[in-house]
Amino acid sequence: MILLKKLTKKFGDKVILSSVDLEISSGETLAVIGPSGCGKSTLLRLILRLETPTEGSIQVDDVDIEKIDEDGLNSYRQKIGMVFQSAALFDSMTVFENVAFGLRERNELPESKIKDIVKEKLQFVELEGSEELMPSELSGGMQKRVSIARALATEPQIILYDEPTTGLDPITSTTIEDLINKLSKSASVTSIVVTHQLTTIFRTAHRIIMLDKGKFIECGDVEQTKKSRDPIVHKFITAGLD
Amino acid sequence: MIRKQSEERLEDVGNFVLVLFGGIGEVVLLLWSTLKYGFRGKTDFRLVVYQMLKVGVESLPIGLTSALFVGMVFSIQIATEFVQFGASDYIGGVMAIAVARELGPALTGIVISGRVAASIAAELGTMKVTEQIDAISALGSNPIKYLVLPRFIACTLMMPLLIVLADVFCFLGGYLVAVYVAKVNGVAYMESAQNMLALKDIYGGVAKGFVFGALLAVIACYKGMTAKGGAKGVGEATTSSVVTSLIALFIANYFLTLAMFK
Repeated sequence: MILLKKLTKKFGDKVILSSVDLEISSGETLAVIGPSGCGKSTLLRLILRLETPTEGSIQVDDVDIEKIDEDGLNSYRQKIGMVFQSAALFDSMTVFENVAFGLRERNELPESKIKDIVKEKLQFVELEGSEELMPSELSGGMQKRVSIARALATEPQIILYDEPTTGLDPITSTTIEDLINKLSKSASVTSIVVTHQLTTIFRTAHRIIMLDKGKFIECGDVEQTKKSRDPIVHKFITAGLD
Repeated sequence: MIRKQSEERLEDVGNFVLVLFGGIGEVVLLLWSTLKYGFRGKTDFRLVVYQMLKVGVESLPIGLTSALFVGMVFSIQIATEFVQFGASDYIGGVMAIAVARELGPALTGIVISGRVAASIAAELGTMKVTEQIDAISALGSNPIKYLVLPRFIACTLMMPLLIVLADVFCFLGGYLVAVYVAKVNGVAYMESAQNMLALKDIYGGVAKGFVFGALLAVIACYKGMTAKGGAKGVGEATTSSVVTSLIALFIANYFLTLAMFK
């Protein structure tokens, strides 16, 4: 379970999150929506401790992540998979090396086992046979799928998706959304999907919250969100449907 | 009006000083973190070897060509004057001391800083703006351990080795010009070098290499890892890393020379 308590994040004078509270249950897929630049990605970076909160705390499985020391931080991050907006594949490494990176850094498994895991994860994202390709040889959608495979390699309990379908064509977006759903059902992972793509929101989320001016607006499930009378949520949803 | 302008200028100076000292502080912190990982033995040997090849072996053509021709030019300059004053027996010795103490270390430092600092800052800067450095953290590794430490070790170890080779090529270039262009006696040239050059001169020059290499690596890594924005930010980080590492090298060279050869 992820618990945000009175969480505030500021960059200089700019308030990104203003004393927000949020609870995300295990196995839940939460979509965080909102316009570009409202701080959705910052929320993910805070959970991953790539950023530190200005005030408040984040607890993951009852552990305050700000109190984790440097060695513990690497172990904590290994529990979390992150799919970056830009895919963020290591461009000097092959697809195989990208997916194997987290496993090799753990230094716990023999190379033969790592090879099996990488093969399995690439099969999961339907990219078997692409092991020796370089990221520059992949399309945007394929890069996102490799990024998902890389995030999955260490069997994380939580997966954070930062704009997983932005900039992709509808068919590729659907493939990615199917992968998010498949993962949610098969591995029971907790997922946070940051997006402003309506199809992704409606096809993947169990629950939706909107981030506006540093505050969360609880929207409920997909049907409740579609019928929301909150003017900001309504405007966001209808603008996408018009 | 004039008072307002003065206040604004003072504010600019204040901001510049703050940014300067803030930057120096952050470079020192990065150096400290890098050393901490180094002393803990958390080094991936394969990454170090790969960086040593990139920093050392790939720098050989530019490093040695520069050394050879600078040695030749320096030899033309001093041989002409020394022959005029009837001091041609000292050419080899002066050449050897100049090469070992200054020409070899400083020239190699400048050339390698230009090539390697730009390469490191551009590579890490691109990784920073494309979120690859965040991805390293997200995957449970540490960017300092994975990116900075191997480059730091490679630069610190390879710079002295490059200086030794540059010394040889620079001295050789000087010999060729002195003997075949200025018609100085080759045996006298070598004997003079042998008599005047002390081991301390060579050690001192090589010792400078360790400092130059460490400075170059930590500054270039810092500039790359703090790059912001897109291609423009990476370009600025690259330029800034070359300029800053060269300035640091010149300042360090002065104090090292003062400490070792005065």
